[in-house]
Amino acid sequence: MTVNELAEKAGLKPVLVPDGDREVCGAYCGDLLSWVMGRAQSDNVWITIMSNLNVIAVASLSDVSCVLLAEGVELSEDAKKAAEEKDINILVSEKSTYELAVLLGSLI
Amino acid sequence: MAESLTFKFDVDGSDFTSAGQASVKVKKNLRQLGLSPEIIRRVSIAMYEGEINMVIHAGGGTATVTVSEQDITILLSDRGPGIKDIDKAMQEGFSTASDNVRSLGFGAGMGLPNMKRYTDFMEIRSIVGEGTDITMKVNIK
Repeated sequence: MTVNELAEKAGLKPVLVPDGDREVCGAYCGDLLSWVMGRAQSDNVWITIMSNLNVIAVASLSDVSCVLLAEGVELSEDAKKAAEEKDINILVSEKSTYELAVLLGSLI
Repeated sequence: MAESLTFKFDVDGSDFTSAGQASVKVKKNLRQLGLSPEIIRRVSIAMYEGEINMVIHAGGGTATVTVSEQDITILLSDRGPGIKDIDKAMQEGFSTASDNVRSLGFGAGMGLPNMKRYTDFMEIRSIVGEGTDITMKVNIK
């Protein structure tokens, strides 16, 4: 499944999707950035409530397929700019991390 | 690749949010050299954790990355306060980071353990009051 397909099926709002054809494989939930870097796998969907600039660097270095912002959190302007520069896919949902994990578990 | 390639970076200690610039550049350079995504991921995460540590604790420093035919060596050097108890610092969950740093999602006490996790060799030389030098290696073959 691709990022675009996931967004459509799960009703996730695209914030920025420069690479929507990227394949999605599994997911990781976490807000502590070093835990994410230590445990998330390449191509995972990363579900988090963190939305600062460092999130973009972590997403890029961990090679996740997209960042899924839970609880409707808004991406800061500088983070948005960095995501554009680094081609990072960002989706957002009003649902909680738990609800999103359950939803994604039934889809991917 | 008969000769080794070296990239040098100054890590700015004043701006926490821009930390990671050196790691992202290294990631790009390694990609251009045609290294595997998994090697690139390991090197860039280990280096990013090191960069973050230098910004949080040491007011910045330098990062030198050398790519040879056999391995990639990352040397991180700072003139910060040094690490009092290296064994303790290597424990997952141990951190001396401030609340401000924690609110940004760091300071979970996973930085040094991640650096070890993602590299094949890691050595820490630290003198309290003088600074810290960390050498990490990731084998290519």
